[in-house]
Amino acid sequence: MADKKQAEEKNNIFKKLLSSNITVEVIALILLVLLCTAFDHAFLALSWNDNTGGLAGPLITMLQESARYLMIATGMTLVISTAGIDLSVGSVMAVAGAAAMQALTNGTNVWLAILLALVIGLAVGCVNGALVAFLGLQPFITTLIMMLAGRGLAKVITSGENTDASAVAGNEPLKWMANGFILGIPANFVIAVVIVILVGLLCRKTAMGMFIEAVGINPEASRMTGIKPKQILFLVYAISGFLAAIAGLFATASVMRVDVVKTGQDLEMYAILAVVIGGTSLLGGKFSLAGSAVGAVIIAMIRKTIITLGIDSAATPAFFAVVVIVICVMQAPKVRNLSAELKRKRALKSSEKAVAA
Amino acid sequence: MTNATATPAKKAVKKTRRIDAQMIPTIAAVVIFILMMIMGQALFGTYLRLGFISTLFIDHAYLIILAVAMTLPILTGGIDLSVGAIVAITAVIGIKMANAGVPAFVVMIVMLLIGAVFGVLAATLIEEFNMQPFIATLSTMFLARGIASIISTDSLTFPDNNNFDVLSKSITIIDQPKLSHDLYFNLGVVIALVVLVFGYILLHHTRIGRTIYAIGGSRSSAELMGLPVKRAQFTIYITSATLAALASIVYIANLGSAKNTVGVGWELDAVASVVIGGTIITGGFGYVLGSALGALVRSIIDPLTSDFGVPAEWTTIVVGLMILAFVVLQRVVTAVGSKK
Repeated sequence: MADKKQAEEKNNIFKKLLSSNITVEVIALILLVLLCTAFDHAFLALSWNDNTGGLAGPLITMLQESARYLMIATGMTLVISTAGIDLSVGSVMAVAGAAAMQALTNGTNVWLAILLALVIGLAVGCVNGALVAFLGLQPFITTLIMMLAGRGLAKVITSGENTDASAVAGNEPLKWMANGFILGIPANFVIAVVIVILVGLLCRKTAMGMFIEAVGINPEASRMTGIKPKQILFLVYAISGFLAAIAGLFATASVMRVDVVKTGQDLEMYAILAVVIGGTSLLGGKFSLAGSAVGAVIIAMIRKTIITLGIDSAATPAFFAVVVIVICVMQAPKVRNLSAELKRKRALKSSEKAVAA
Repeated sequence: MTNATATPAKKAVKKTRRIDAQMIPTIAAVVIFILMMIMGQALFGTYLRLGFISTLFIDHAYLIILAVAMTLPILTGGIDLSVGAIVAITAVIGIKMANAGVPAFVVMIVMLLIGAVFGVLAATLIEEFNMQPFIATLSTMFLARGIASIISTDSLTFPDNNNFDVLSKSITIIDQPKLSHDLYFNLGVVIALVVLVFGYILLHHTRIGRTIYAIGGSRSSAELMGLPVKRAQFTIYITSATLAALASIVYIANLGSAKNTVGVGWELDAVASVVIGGTIITGGFGYVLGSALGALVRSIIDPLTSDFGVPAEWTTIVVGLMILAFVVLQRVVTAVGSKK
């Protein structure tokens, strides 16, 4: 009897695990790793690099790259769950990176340069937030403007050049942030995970997350229950801008050079994709930070897969577009109804069989 | 000078109050356009020359077409972000085909068809799978740009003696000794004007046009009234994508070369034109003629900024601020209107 109960419980846990989005994501991640290993047998190899004081190997570079996606995906998750969107994350990355690199070449202290980049990112986020929350503009048009104006701003900061700060003395802290290691694990990945956990605690251990979801479902109703939707909206865009600035630092500091055109290019798409893979609905009202975080790692893994399989890197955006389309089609009510219909028919058939027997 | 400009502006505002408060953005666009022309003329002395106006139209015929294309989805409260990428993919494929010796006529047909395919894809995603327009067209945008860069990342040029020249050959109306005083145009400009007339007729003299305005007002009401919302949505996105392909034809015929990065940011230029022209970004109100005017305002920003010695990097910021100003203006106007 007790055995049966235990078995049932086990079964339940198993079922829960199966139905959870994150399980599916982890399986997808493992499949991608297996695919890469099949093509390149050294893919899983890890070695210790004494020069950098950390692990080395394809998986480690993948984690290093995933740090920036983790940042923008976290910000994007919060924005999307208020039924908004932040298309400006890629440009904010470029602006923040440009500010840091330009400040460094002008002889500013490295910590001040980092602070400057973060403040600029936060400021752009605040502008987005103010326009959306207080003026009531549509999120996608506001952030679309910021996406293009931001790129212009990055060019203005560097006077149109790709500022290179690799030769500047005293840039070690920033370099370490992107290329260093903590206990053998890439520092930027550790920093990113810590920030994701902090945001997660802020959302789930306080009422913040619930407020955000309430605003996403119905701002008017949330206002009547005493939430201040305008402040929440302002806050999520500000957080998104701030996190995008960190992502911009990661992206530029790894080569200590900002490319005003390419830094952060297309990354708004990657962020949206990570969020959608993570099970957050684009219609708002529900979010999963853990899902988005695993989604961000999957994005980095997909990019690594494309490189490992030797597919032309020019194909990357098309590939991602196809993935987004497939996922959105699968989330569509029509397809979900279809699968529900199939299930019901199958159930009917089996019950018919039972009756006949 | 200032007196002369202030009086017509005042008159125009007076008129609108009688007609409709929502006309204010369009009137503002007219005033801004006139002010910009006069300012350019007063400071640099070249803006009212016939040659300048001719090149303004010839160089920005593609933008007028894109503005008309973008007006349709925005009128329903949607958006088509894929126009720039469709220009890129059709341009790359078109020039590749022309280089392979395919006759120009066939190339143009193929380019238009490719545009239409992307339109069908976007419309299917939006209508059949309930995707938000901007997500659906964002993914077709990435798809188109990705395919374009798979095909080629080199700068491609037309072979000699291709029949695309027909479109870009300039036809002089007023011939004067100095080229800068000539009035001339080319077939590309004619196509843009035909597209404009087409857009006007589609929106104001067909049932589909009426449905488009109804969707923008309230989609569910339009559906309850029994209007063919789905068909209208398909028409909108297929038309806008096909027009983007047409813009690509006009553009590459004029320039003679293209790259896979052509058209980056053009979706914003098109949105800017539409919004400056007085179409409300949330849909339901606006005109296609206003969008053409908006395209002219947008295109005059480039010579103005370069004449003022402003670095080219600032252009996108100026355009961004301009859209922002107009969107805020719209917001204020609608807010005031609803309070009444």
